[in-house]
Amino acid sequence: MRLLTHNMLSSNIKGVTNGFPLRIEVEKVVEKSVDFNPDFLKNMFAKIEYKALVEASRIMGYAELPDHAEPSMLESDDFLRKFHHALMELHLEEGTLVCPETGRRFPVNKGVPNMLLHEDEV
Amino acid sequence: MKLKQLEGLLGSLEQFYNPKIELEQYPTGSHVASRMLYTAENSFGDVTNKVVADFGCGCGTLGIAAALLGAQHVVGLDIDAESLEIASENADELELDMEFVQCDIRNLRWEGQIIDTVVMNPPFGTRRKGADMDFLCVALKVASEAVYSLHKTTTREHVRRTALRDCHASSAEVLFELRYDVPHLYKFHKKKEVDIAVDLWRFVPKKNR
Repeated sequence: MRLLTHNMLSSNIKGVTNGFPLRIEVEKVVEKSVDFNPDFLKNMFAKIEYKALVEASRIMGYAELPDHAEPSMLESDDFLRKFHHALMELHLEEGTLVCPETGRRFPVNKGVPNMLLHEDEV
Repeated sequence: MKLKQLEGLLGSLEQFYNPKIELEQYPTGSHVASRMLYTAENSFGDVTNKVVADFGCGCGTLGIAAALLGAQHVVGLDIDAESLEIASENADELELDMEFVQCDIRNLRWEGQIIDTVVMNPPFGTRRKGADMDFLCVALKVASEAVYSLHKTTTREHVRRTALRDCHASSAEVLFELRYDVPHLYKFHKKKEVDIAVDLWRFVPKKNR
C-alpha cells in the first residue's frame, strides 16, 4: 500500500467522525521505483492531504519532506522528487492501520489493507 | 498499445479457480475488458495518467487493463481475499504496480477527490438484489470524472433512472452493447456457454456533492 492510497482511506466504522488519517504501525516497508511524472504530481499535490502524507512518510522511515508545503514549491525539482518518493514509492508491506477515533486495528498483509468490518461496526 | 495487444495480455490472466456464486464471481472476458478500457481512454481520456479504481475487481482484469493503458495509480477493491491474491499475482506477472484494498463496497469511506475514474463489472444483482445499484451509487460518490460500468441490457431503463435520480449522476450514456460470454462456471449452469447482452455505460457524477 503506497501513501497515495493511505491518503484516501478513512475508518469506515459506524459513528466515527474523525476517521482520517489512519495511524500507521510499520512492520515492513518496501520501496518500489515508479517513473517520475511531474504533471501527475502537481495534480495530486492539490488533491491530497499534505499533512497526513508527511506524518505517514516519517513513520515509514522517510524524513525528507518539509512539514509544510506551498504550491510554489512544485517548481523545485528537489521538492518534487521528495514528494514523488513519499507519495508513490514507499509501500507498507506488513503492518497495521489504526482508526484514530476508536483504536480499531486494520491489518495490512502483503501490501493489502483489510478494511472489512465486523457486524457490530456496520 | 493496440487493442489486439491489450486483449491478448488480458486473455493470459489467471481467473477464479473456486468462484463463489453468492458474490456473483464471473471473470470479465478479455474481449469486453479491452474494449471497455480502450474506449475510456481513446474516446474520453479517462485512463492514461489518471487515478483509477476497479470496484469489485475480482481477479483484477479491469484494473490491470487500466494499468496497461498508462493509468498512473490503480486501486482494486474486493471483498474476497482469494480473488485479491489472484489479482496480485496477475499484476506481478505483468510487472504492473497495482494496489489492492479488501473491503465491502457498501461501507467504503473514501477521503477527498483523488480518484478520477471508476471502472467496474459489478454483480448483476441476481444473488443479492440491488447489488448492482449499490456499486453504482458508491462509484458515483467516489469518482471525480467518470464511471464505466457493465449492466445487463434488460435493466437499461432501470439503471438509467436510478443513476440519474438516486445516485447523483449528471449524465448516463450507453456507449455500446456487448455480448458477454458466461462460461460454464457453476453447477447450476445447464449450457456449456451462454452469452448475455450487456451495456457498457459511462456515467458522469454531479460536480457539487
